[in-house]
Amino acid sequence: MNSLQSVGKPRELTYLNAIVEAQREEMLRDERVILIGENIDIYGGSSLFDTFDEKRLRNVPISENSFTGMGVGAALTGLRPIVDLTIASFVYLASDQIINQAAKLRYMTGGQLSVPIVFRACTYYNICNAAQHSDRPYPFFMNVPGLKIVAPATPRDMKGLLKAAVRDDDPVLVFEDSNLWTKKEPVPDDPDFLVPIGKADVKRIGSDITLVSIAGCLPRVMLAADALQADGISAEVIDLRTLVPLDGETLLTSLAKTGRVVIADNSHRVGSVASEVSAVLSEEGFQYLRAPVRRVTTPAVQIPYSAALERPLYPNKERIVAAAKSLLQQDRAR
Amino acid sequence: MRQLDASNNDPQKNGLTRELALTGYRRMLRIRWFEEEAMRRATAGEFSGMHSSSGQEAAIVGACLALRDDDYITGTHRSHGHPIGKGADLKPLMAELYGKSTGICKGRGGSMHLADRRVGIIGESAIVGGGIPLATGAGLSIQVRGTDQVSLCFFGDGAANQGTFGESLNLAAIWKLPVIFFCENNLYAISTSVARSHGQPDIARRAAGFNMPGVIVDGQDLGQVHGVTAEAVQRARSGEGPTLIEAKTYRFEEHCHNLQVPIAYRGAEELEHYKSQRDPLQLHRALLLKDAVTEIAIASIEQEVAAEVAEAVRFARESPLPDPQDVYEYLFSQPIHYPPEAVP
Repeated sequence: MNSLQSVGKPRELTYLNAIVEAQREEMLRDERVILIGENIDIYGGSSLFDTFDEKRLRNVPISENSFTGMGVGAALTGLRPIVDLTIASFVYLASDQIINQAAKLRYMTGGQLSVPIVFRACTYYNICNAAQHSDRPYPFFMNVPGLKIVAPATPRDMKGLLKAAVRDDDPVLVFEDSNLWTKKEPVPDDPDFLVPIGKADVKRIGSDITLVSIAGCLPRVMLAADALQADGISAEVIDLRTLVPLDGETLLTSLAKTGRVVIADNSHRVGSVASEVSAVLSEEGFQYLRAPVRRVTTPAVQIPYSAALERPLYPNKERIVAAAKSLLQQDRAR
Repeated sequence: MRQLDASNNDPQKNGLTRELALTGYRRMLRIRWFEEEAMRRATAGEFSGMHSSSGQEAAIVGACLALRDDDYITGTHRSHGHPIGKGADLKPLMAELYGKSTGICKGRGGSMHLADRRVGIIGESAIVGGGIPLATGAGLSIQVRGTDQVSLCFFGDGAANQGTFGESLNLAAIWKLPVIFFCENNLYAISTSVARSHGQPDIARRAAGFNMPGVIVDGQDLGQVHGVTAEAVQRARSGEGPTLIEAKTYRFEEHCHNLQVPIAYRGAEELEHYKSQRDPLQLHRALLLKDAVTEIAIASIEQEVAAEVAEAVRFARESPLPDPQDVYEYLFSQPIHYPPEAVP
């Protein structure tokens, strides 16, 4: 610990280093925590090999379904594994073990078993990787009871939520975003710093409209909020952070204040996270709505290779601003 | 790859003491009579269907007898035999079939998932091949924690054609995990025979591809199964790694109670041969008598098991049903549910 921290000035950490630091701290704190993944000696966990050995750092062959299930089996028998599935498109190969075993075993054994496991998956989109490496599959897993799902968008939240996930007694999917790897901000180095699963974060207070940001949309949503501010529109920004369980209370409180909601979500439009948030707000907050809920999502089309085709697909400042303004105009027209 | 034959039937060599031989008979009988009674109750409409292990008892019990109480087991949709073979109480198992709140899984699991954690079972997977990675993970956990437990994985011939089989055997081989991969080869994946679905019908031969021992054993012979499993358990406990055991066995009932299979996928003669000549209970009973166990001693076991099964049915029938308001219970470690929706 250096002198800067002791006077309460936390050092800056990148999003990527927040992931490594969270794992290192939890592995130091609890010997039951192990890391399972492909090429972890080169990528994600390389620096962990300075501290831990191959007993707890398991570099695995390309067998996603079985090494994921192996993690589940270890979780059932006294360990708290972190399974790094690397690119989120590979989660499909592991999905049988995540859905049919991890999510179900506590329930279908009437609570005899517990599955304290973390599945990490990184979304790599908007970098010309084409359709089989660019998925943002968060909403698939929202349809599976028994899984908790977090998608942190800042280094602080990544560290705090990943640590909370490791300490949780249920399976938690942690979605990372490679576009955020180099983002930096002050991050506490208290080894017990946690961000609670299930709590959204109000990033900016506003009064005219609520912008709900999902996962890696946050930087673009903040840019949109700035642009709206410049036009005299006060936007409240909520970073959802946890997708399951959804923080309906924070969403509804904001809606009650602003009466208008735009949801930005990188996942494909049909059955998106935004769809679920929209449904909850429409059902439970209809009385507050001064205009329809608007989703800004990725169209239901495969991710193409060419940047010229790919880049415009994701929610960006312009689309979010346009959606917000259209709601305000509709409202005035009424 | 080793293949055991009739010359490996010496009970002494197989470590089957008189006491174990009697325990083995009792446990096989508990499985057989529990399932026969359950079939009658299901036929009478008291609960929905089930997958019977009748015919496969020696494979199951022979393997279980080689394990300690703190070892782990994963099983399959044909899930009744594994907990009973490991010595579980019959009452919560029967209550689970009835969907009662006193069921081993509180009415959330049912016939395909009679996992009883108290006897070491960490899942009975009805996704064919789904339990193989779990057992491998239990082996990893044992190795990381540094205990001398082992993990035994029951799976069928059908599961050997799932990707998890090859993947998991490879993972276990890399790190010499203390896992016993135990195939109950009953010759049919529902109606598809091993002959029609396996390029290499001797599943244990696949062990060579993963650089681990593979053994074929007569799954109708309790002593032989016990001996081979005990050897594999010993290897696993002493850090020498996994073993693949293939017990050639046979399923006496249809794949599943109430399942009408419209094709003649196995011959009446074949079925009759196994039931009359290869019934593991009859074979073992004859061995006990040959080993100077008296009819009276055997009859006393039989009476006790019959009473135990009857008591399990009484317990199950008299137990309360679960409350629909509690349907979210056991979903998460804390009582949260999403979305916040009232129970209809």
